[in-house]
Parts: sequence; structure tokens; C-alpha cells
Amino acid sequence: MSVLNILVYPDERLRRISEPVQVFDGALQEKIDALEATRLAGPGAVGIAAPQTDWLERVLIVDVSGRKKTASHGHLILVNPEITEWEGHVLGREGCLSVPDYTGNVLRAEKIHLDALDRDGNPLSFDMEGFEARAIQHELDHLDGLLFLDRLVSRRQDLFQRKNYK
Amino acid sequence: MTDWYMLTLVGKDQPGIVAKVTSALSGAGCNLGETSMIRLGDNFTVMMLVQSEAGESGLREALEPVLAALSLVLHIDAVQAGLHQRPVPDVRILVHGADRIGIVSRVTTLAAQAGLNILDLESDVGGGEADPIYILQIEGVAAQGVEAIQQALAPLQTDGVKVDVQPIETLIG
Repeated sequence: MSVLNILVYPDERLRRISEPVQVFDGALQEKIDALEATRLAGPGAVGIAAPQTDWLERVLIVDVSGRKKTASHGHLILVNPEITEWEGHVLGREGCLSVPDYTGNVLRAEKIHLDALDRDGNPLSFDMEGFEARAIQHELDHLDGLLFLDRLVSRRQDLFQRKNYK
Repeated sequence: MTDWYMLTLVGKDQPGIVAKVTSALSGAGCNLGETSMIRLGDNFTVMMLVQSEAGESGLREALEPVLAALSLVLHIDAVQAGLHQRPVPDVRILVHGADRIGIVSRVTTLAAQAGLNILDLESDVGGGEADPIYILQIEGVAAQGVEAIQQALAPLQTDGVKVDVQPIETLIG
């Protein structure tokens, strides 16, 4: 499987908004397989979104199951994903295949409810939390032309943003 | 040849320090790398990696008018440096408690013995004047693991100091 080229910031193509997938055909399956091969070729990426490879459809892949002590729904291929509920917020550190050599702190919802379709168009529904929920939020931002850089928060605010402060 | 310098500037805080200093540097063709700029007490402090072909004397010459106008003290060191050399922290330590002598010393000594390499530390004094509190935030690399640092700092808890040691899990997506 050939590995796709990853768009790297400040490439303006990362700013485009992706369109919902309408057709679940063989071409889609091939693109998804190439996307996964590209994720696996990256340096330890737990997720990837289609627009990072210049593919402007709402497809993402997340797999945090390789991490110890991490709640996970396994390897997820998600088409037209949509977060329908958010709860809490937590600070965490993120990096990105499209932003090499930089990591920074980002606030994300602690728990989410996610609706999506699988690669064949069947409906999926998940309650997620923690690292997996963070990965979904990071990748879903790509579908809307956003990067974690758009959400950076100062480490200096940390004391006021910990979980007990609502 | 292009060299890196560590510039340290300190002076009484006033509006425009960063703008004037960095304008003088960019005007002299210098390139900024990582910087840290923060107000400490009534002072504004600047530390920055600067890439320049002008040499130490050229840097000093470029900044001289700004130093005079703003009463800033400048220190320059030629350093080995570059971009893309920053390690990713994997542990965050938060400490707070009643202010007393030696909090930073005890925390960092125990943590260093447990393998901590500090990348970033900031501390502050808050609370009321009669009962000041000390707040210390550290990010670093735990060479012997986060648990080693948790165990090393645990004795401080019984001493009235709140210590929270958390792993930083960096998500790459």
C-alpha cells in the first residue's frame, strides 16, 4: 500500500472544510486503506484525518488501543463523524503529523458522545472519554479546517483548568 | 557564518519593551528562536535565542539605543543552539502550599534524584499578605519514569505541601 503525502502547516489546504461522504464504493475503500497505511507510517500517530492527505471528505481513523491503561473502542474507521454531546474539559498535550517538531497544551472535552458511519455506511455510536475522546476531537477538527494550534492554551493557566474547577 | 546567541535582558517593566527590542533585532537582520519573556515582580525579563551574522559586538550595537531608552541590562552569550532541539515533556508537577523557605529546593532535589530533567519551571507567590502561598509548576522529562518521581515527592505531602505529579501523554494525530 502506497503512503500518501501529508500536508504540513502552513499549507493553506489544511484550512479547507471537508465534505460528507456520499458514496460507499470501492474507491472509498481504497482511499481508506491508503489513509491507514499513511497513519501507520507516521511517527506514533494514534489518528489521522483524510484532509491531512489532501482528501477532502469527512473520514478519520483513530486507534488508541496500543496504549496502556487507556479506555478504547479499538481500531476505528469513522465516516461523517459528529460529536453530539460534550462533558467536562481537560488539558492535554498534542502534536500532529501536519505540524512537525511542536507540541502544545490544548483543552478538550473529557467525555463525548459520537455518531458516525463505518466504512460501509452502517451507523455507529460511541460514548468515549479521556485520550480516545481527545484523539477524536483532534481529528474531527481537521475535517473543519482547524489545527491544534488554533486551540493552544498557556501552560500558565493550568492551575485554574484542572478537573475540579467547573 | 550564522551563529546563535543567548540574549538576556532585564529592566523595570514598562510598555513596549518586547516591541522595541525585537524591532531592533529584526532591523539588524537577526532571527529569533525560542524565547521566554515574563514579568517578575516589577521587572520584565527576556531570554531569547537569536541567530545573527553580526557577532556579539554587532548585536550590542544594534540594541544600544533601545537599552539606553528603556534602561535595560543586556547580557550576551555565544551558544551552541538551533531549532528543533526541544524535548517533549512527559511529566507535570504541580506544588502548592503555605509559603516557606526551601519548597523549590526540596521538590527539585528529590525529583532530580528520581530522574527529573526540568524543561520548564515557574513559581509564584499568591494568597494574602499575612498568609502567602507558594505555587510551583514544572514540566520535564522523567528519565526513570513518572512513578519514581511520584514516590520521591510523596513524603512532602505529609509536610503540608500539596504535590500533584501527573504523566503528560502527548497525542500525535
